[in-house]
Amino acid sequence: MSEHAAPLVDVRGLSKHFGGIQAVNRVDCSLFEGEVVGLLGHNGAGKSTLIKILSGVYPADAGKIVVRGEEHRFGSPRDARAAGIETIHQTLALAENLDAPSNLFLGRELLTPWRTLDADRMEHEALQIISRLNPNFRDMKIPVRAMSGGQRQTVAIARALYFNARILIMDEPCAALGPAETRMVQDTISRLKEEGIGIFLISHDMSDVFEVCDRVTVMKGGAVVDTVRVADVTQEEVLAMIILGQKPAIAREIRT
Amino acid sequence: MQTLLAKAGFDARFTSLVLALALIWAALAVGTEGIFLSPRNLYNLSIQTCVTAIMACGMVFIIVARQIDLSVGSQMAFTGMLIAFAQTEWLGAETPFAWLLSIAIGVLAGMLLGAFQGWWVAYRGVPAFVVTLAGYLMFRGAAFLVADGQTLAPLSSTYQRIGGGVQGSIGPGWSWFLGLSACAWVIAQVVYARRSRARYGAVMTPIWADALRALVICAALLGFVAVVCAYPDPASAVDGGAPQGKGIGVPVLILVAIAVALTVMAQRTRFGRHVFAYGGNPEAAMLSGLPTQRVLLMIFMLMGALAAVAAVITTSRLNSGTHSIGQMAELYVIAATVIGGTSLSGGTGTIPGAIVGALLVQSLDNGMVLMDVSSAKRQIFIGLILIAAVWFDGMYTRRQAR
Repeated sequence: MSEHAAPLVDVRGLSKHFGGIQAVNRVDCSLFEGEVVGLLGHNGAGKSTLIKILSGVYPADAGKIVVRGEEHRFGSPRDARAAGIETIHQTLALAENLDAPSNLFLGRELLTPWRTLDADRMEHEALQIISRLNPNFRDMKIPVRAMSGGQRQTVAIARALYFNARILIMDEPCAALGPAETRMVQDTISRLKEEGIGIFLISHDMSDVFEVCDRVTVMKGGAVVDTVRVADVTQEEVLAMIILGQKPAIAREIRT
Repeated sequence: MQTLLAKAGFDARFTSLVLALALIWAALAVGTEGIFLSPRNLYNLSIQTCVTAIMACGMVFIIVARQIDLSVGSQMAFTGMLIAFAQTEWLGAETPFAWLLSIAIGVLAGMLLGAFQGWWVAYRGVPAFVVTLAGYLMFRGAAFLVADGQTLAPLSSTYQRIGGGVQGSIGPGWSWFLGLSACAWVIAQVVYARRSRARYGAVMTPIWADALRALVICAALLGFVAVVCAYPDPASAVDGGAPQGKGIGVPVLILVAIAVALTVMAQRTRFGRHVFAYGGNPEAAMLSGLPTQRVLLMIFMLMGALAAVAAVITTSRLNSGTHSIGQMAELYVIAATVIGGTSLSGGTGTIPGAIVGALLVQSLDNGMVLMDVSSAKRQIFIGLILIAAVWFDGMYTRRQAR
């Protein structure tokens, strides 16, 4: 990770309010190539709203999103995807009645020259990428409804990776998973890092965060408390940031 | 049994639907002392089924997307009146191509009614139940206003053939040709699907299952052709010769064309995929960047167009336009769709299922008429069937979820 290179994503002064509630208040954050940035904070701290703005679900009231040097305004999730930002939502956003290939290509279906769905090619492509992530996953024809939590997570991750995203947002990717499946997700994250993909990771599990993240951005009450390098702080200091909104000692030293 | 069916690629729900239909036919055959299964009655049944089935095909899209359309009967009445008015008052019934132009006007009007309802649902967030209940009232009123409650007749003589009455069928030669072509197509489809799956190394269904499926479909197709050809056409015996068989009725051909087109639309196009994805999980559809509002608008427009086609067949059969057609059609159509395996909780449903569902509902109706059951009692019975179908759907969905 090079601090001198231009960031993949640079968020400046992003704000969003719902009625009288300031859900996101002048948030700054950034993400570099091959970097994992943890987004931390209590429920209601504004993380979810922030990533929904970044993934094009909500428009921002103020502030700007610069992706690879270019300023963007996302009117829909389609725009965010076009800019190279893929999001794995906590709910996974899968249509339970459809099978893995249909979900993987949802909204970006492969078509034949006659403008019909190329189901066989989508199944083939889905099988390729999914079996790379999870070798035990062979049956492409069952609906998502009938899949295990790990298999669903695999489909959601495959969907984000297939289209060569440079920027990935993962919202609680391990919340509903067992130990083996959590391992699979963490391995995937480290491999993506090596490939130079930048990842925003939302997690409540502090040991998870310290294992995979390079930096953490902590939010409280819609605003950013601070952004610190994981190597410079202890878990207790990060917890203090989350709970009390208190900047750690190292940050105070650097700023003054 | 169920795993065997599943392994063979048979849909358990569709298979049980066909078996239920067979049982009902057997019961009606006994109840009417065989009249129900006579070629003449089966020909009429095939025509009666078309109106319900055509609209049920559209209702599949509506219900799959977690919506409802209670106004299809009123849409039929309005578009039917408009078509009759165009022929009798504007264009002149026997003006060349007036019938074709009037149909175009009707279908366009149906799409506009659908666009009106779809706009309120998709862009203004009013529940479809309320919008289409209002439409039920409004369009029926509009149908009355077209000709101040008068009945408009007669309609174009070419137009009358669309309803399947006099000269409304294609005769035995063409019927057998189409029946055999359809069989060839079914077999080709099965072979092609197997090849394509083998090429990509996908999971294969056993060959006997595919063969059995093709055999059953072909037998049903040829059986149908044989029956409608066995019904002597009274119109063909005027010269004193032996009457020819009637063959497949025009409405059936219209239904087949619509069913094929909509099946392709449901399974093979982006639009169809988006309808099913929206029905399965509206939030996921939104997060995936699907144009959800446009999808909702379009399914209501499609429904309107199909209601207009149903109105064409109905007015053609009656050889007149009256504002009272399509009463209770919404009930029959929704019952047919749900009986045909389209789940009210959204995300699942098939066109062939809806057509078999329509056939089932119309069979009950037709059989009860033959058995001299009064229309009041038939209404009660069809109402009960609707409740039973929804109850069964709920049970089936809950069991699937486990």
